[in-house]
Amino acid sequence: MTDAAINNTKTENGKPEILLQAENLSKEFDTGKRDSKIHAVSNVDLEIRRGETLALVGESGCGKSTLGRTLIKMLPATGGRVLFHGEDITAMSEKKFRPLRRKMQMIFQDPYASLDPRMTVRNIIAEPLVTYHVCASKKETTARVLELMQAVGVPTEFLDRYPHQFSGGQRQRIGIARAIALNPELIVCDEPVSALDVSVQSQVLNLLKDLQQQYSLTYLFIGHDLSVINFIADRVCVMFLGSVCEIASKEDIYAKPMHPYTSFLLDAIPQADPHLRNEHRQVLTGEVPSPVHLPEGCFFHTRCPYATDRCRRERPALRVVKGRQVACHRTEELEL
Amino acid sequence: MAEQNFFRKQGESDARHNIKQNTAASEEDLLGQIGEKDGITDKLRRMCKQNKLAAFSAVVILIILLMAVFAPVIAPYGEAEQDLMNRLQAPSAAHWLGTDELGRDVFSRLLYGARVSLSIGIIPSIISLLIGILLGLTAGYFGGWYDYIVMRLADVMLSVPSLLMAMVVMYTLGSSITSLFIALIIVDWASVARVVRSQTLSLKESEYVEAARSIGVRRFTIMIRHILPNCIPSLIVLFTLNVPSAILSESSLSFLGIGVQPPAASWGLIVNQAKQFLFTQPWLCLAPCIAIMIVVLAFNFLGDGLRDVLDPYMKDQ
Amino acid sequence: MEQKENVLEIRGLRSCFFTEKGVVPAVDGIDLDIPEGKIIGLVGESGCGKSMTAKSIMGLLKYPGRIADGHIWFDGQDLAHLSEKELRNICGKDISMIFQEPMTSLNPVLKVGRQVRETLLVHDRGMDKNEARRQVIDMFARVGIPEPEKRYDSYPHQLSGGLRQRVMIAMAMVCRPRLLIADEPTTALDVTIEAQILRLIRQLRDETGMSVLIITHNMGVVAEICDYVYVMYAGKIMEQAETYELFDHKAHPYTKGLLDSIPRIGKNPDRLYTIPGVVPNLLHLPEGCAFSNRCPNASERCRSIKPELCEVGEGHRARCLNCIPERFAAWPEPDENTPAAAKPPGTKNTAYSADTLELSGNPCKENTAKGGGAL
Repeated sequence: MTDAAINNTKTENGKPEILLQAENLSKEFDTGKRDSKIHAVSNVDLEIRRGETLALVGESGCGKSTLGRTLIKMLPATGGRVLFHGEDITAMSEKKFRPLRRKMQMIFQDPYASLDPRMTVRNIIAEPLVTYHVCASKKETTARVLELMQAVGVPTEFLDRYPHQFSGGQRQRIGIARAIALNPELIVCDEPVSALDVSVQSQVLNLLKDLQQQYSLTYLFIGHDLSVINFIADRVCVMFLGSVCEIASKEDIYAKPMHPYTSFLLDAIPQADPHLRNEHRQVLTGEVPSPVHLPEGCFFHTRCPYATDRCRRERPALRVVKGRQVACHRTEELEL
Repeated sequence: MAEQNFFRKQGESDARHNIKQNTAASEEDLLGQIGEKDGITDKLRRMCKQNKLAAFSAVVILIILLMAVFAPVIAPYGEAEQDLMNRLQAPSAAHWLGTDELGRDVFSRLLYGARVSLSIGIIPSIISLLIGILLGLTAGYFGGWYDYIVMRLADVMLSVPSLLMAMVVMYTLGSSITSLFIALIIVDWASVARVVRSQTLSLKESEYVEAARSIGVRRFTIMIRHILPNCIPSLIVLFTLNVPSAILSESSLSFLGIGVQPPAASWGLIVNQAKQFLFTQPWLCLAPCIAIMIVVLAFNFLGDGLRDVLDPYMKDQ
Repeated sequence: MEQKENVLEIRGLRSCFFTEKGVVPAVDGIDLDIPEGKIIGLVGESGCGKSMTAKSIMGLLKYPGRIADGHIWFDGQDLAHLSEKELRNICGKDISMIFQEPMTSLNPVLKVGRQVRETLLVHDRGMDKNEARRQVIDMFARVGIPEPEKRYDSYPHQLSGGLRQRVMIAMAMVCRPRLLIADEPTTALDVTIEAQILRLIRQLRDETGMSVLIITHNMGVVAEICDYVYVMYAGKIMEQAETYELFDHKAHPYTKGLLDSIPRIGKNPDRLYTIPGVVPNLLHLPEGCAFSNRCPNASERCRSIKPELCEVGEGHRARCLNCIPERFAAWPEPDENTPAAAKPPGTKNTAYSADTLELSGNPCKENTAKGGGAL
């Protein structure tokens, strides 16, 4: 997944197949007041290739979760379109979209809230199977549920237990079993490990990687922890205030960030090694501007120490620089 | 305002992002390990253990229900069996609670009256529960103009004093048990719809409902399978509070002479007929009043007990 | 560490939940020292008892939890045995605490400046209100709140998460405490804000010379800011050492597993190391070492003997039989002829190093090798 032909949207020989593509996608929410909207996602162009893990990373409120949900039509887009296998799903009716819904599933952040407390594990995992009448009989459904429980590593004797009898990690595994039950092509993982303990987090991350190989899944992995993303992702898309700053392969991003924001983000992570402690490293000052009143020009200019007049005036488009996509006017001149 | 709204939204999303992260959940995890959390039957068992009053109330309600059902077997005399020779008798071995001005046995009248009073307490409450669930669930889930209409209707119902509303209905439809049922349903459904709607609004945003939507579960299935079962604890509590209020409404209406009509017996009616002997034969009035009080208190205590064990937010005090 | 005086000393603290199903020892006999001017880390996974420890110090345990035994020495007073009223005089003034979720610890209907001023006035009744306001605004400026005068009159919901946490820190700092307890202070924050807050805490420590106890699950935070670290597991201290010593010569298999299971930038393994099994139920702990059911090196001895903390380096202690077997050679054997007893200590030592190299996989090989060498 490291080849540089990022801007190529056509499926050609030797080029990776594109599973899902966003074109100029926007999502706004009403604030309840006229003429003021929350711009959660603004003009995003993005592609997800079959079999890869694309990570969306950014601070809270940067619109990464909203983008993830808009991409799979959990939220209606307010501008632009999304193509799944080249087919526009934004304008599709619910009824026509329903068969495609099976192909796109989600894993949620909070294992305590994402499972119905009044349903047994059996019913939770069987819900997608029952909804699409996948299995002919109850017996068959149970067999499939047991198979899924084995696949995600939940002991099968717990079939008729309730979610509150499990630990956070096991609940997350149940949520994963539910997401893979319909053999989807794309799974949107919305911060699936950020609510878990360190030792459990590594188990779930390993599991996600194993399942990806086993079921040839494509992941859109939404996260804020760059160390986790470093482990799981093939390509990384950095977001700030609803727009894309930079998209590149994991190796490129971590070795040489091209957008100042990416560089600050990488610098801010506390590393689990006191020798890397850097008392004088650059810490980004200030806070994220309001998505109701977007700043003019580059969204990042209010926090960017390299901002020039041009940055304050003119919004940089996502462009290809040295085979990578980055939205910054000054990326060529900066030493990050 | 918009700014405030936005910040609130941001705050909410922040909170959602970091919901119950590690330590916040740790204490809960510890309690979870011990098995403090459990199913509804365990909760009922725990209630009986912790809240003796609620358990006792449940037993009282059960006994009164059984007495009402088997009134013809238990009652020593008939419902309207008159014995003009023994009018206005004081309590005795033959007539445990004495007799009224027509010589009818008050104890027997009370037992038969329990049938009417309890059925008026329970049946309209069940029907208004069903109506309220249907309207509240759909209003909360779909929102929009439908929600607006249903909720304004409920507001109107709740803004008129319930007794007045019931009296208007009774006058319009005429005094009969059926019109009493209708009057009570009209009064009660609104509060149920309100509770269900507010619960639906919050449950609709929960991650497991979102998970069901992401699977592609249909909307009505989501309502029935995921939202309704999670409303049930508050509905049980609401039901135990609606029943006594219906019994009281019936008593008031019958006392005013527009509820149950003689010769049928209901507790309110018995009080009404006994009021002229309040100072000479007080037991005539006291007996049905005490009966009403016991049932209403029992339901209220039971409701309190249930709320304590079923409502997760009331747990740590 | 020795030259500094301890601000707080915990000795044999046991805090338990007293439930119907039994007594749950969430904190099971821990000793902890907080020297003056140092930042101490208390690290562990959820349910290990780290938050219970903090709450025990502050007297914030709620029913059914309470302190069962032990002493918390602060200023010659035993906080574990003070009355609620006496405790109130100390907590909030000499010891203050910041929490994970600033939104829930601030009253949403009061202006933040007033809430901070309240704290000041509660502990200094005679203070003039205008003087208090001035001090609060001063403190706001010191914790890096922009436009402190204006923010004084803001409500909590008008502030971002980072600013709210700064307000919380201001509230904790306004009485100039000698000890600041920070319970997951950055868990709810974004990385860029987290870096700001950690820097602020260190800066305040440097300026005021207070001590800080940071409770966290994040090894990154520990590595970044702490001087000395305690690792907790199942209510017990498993390992304690100065930060560099701990990361370079980790002695306890739990610490090792915890550090190895963290994904790191710059290392790209195909799989992450995982600690097998799950955290044991505190009501049914393994008979011997609490970690023995998950430990890859556990022997029969580990499953039957409860190990004590013992010195493995300078200021470095670990609760593991395998760390320095010679210390335990004299211990009673569960069986007369266990293989571990038959071996001389030296053999065991080498066997241990080999084991751990195998278990840790690639991420931290050099560290493990060092650790093995140090033994």
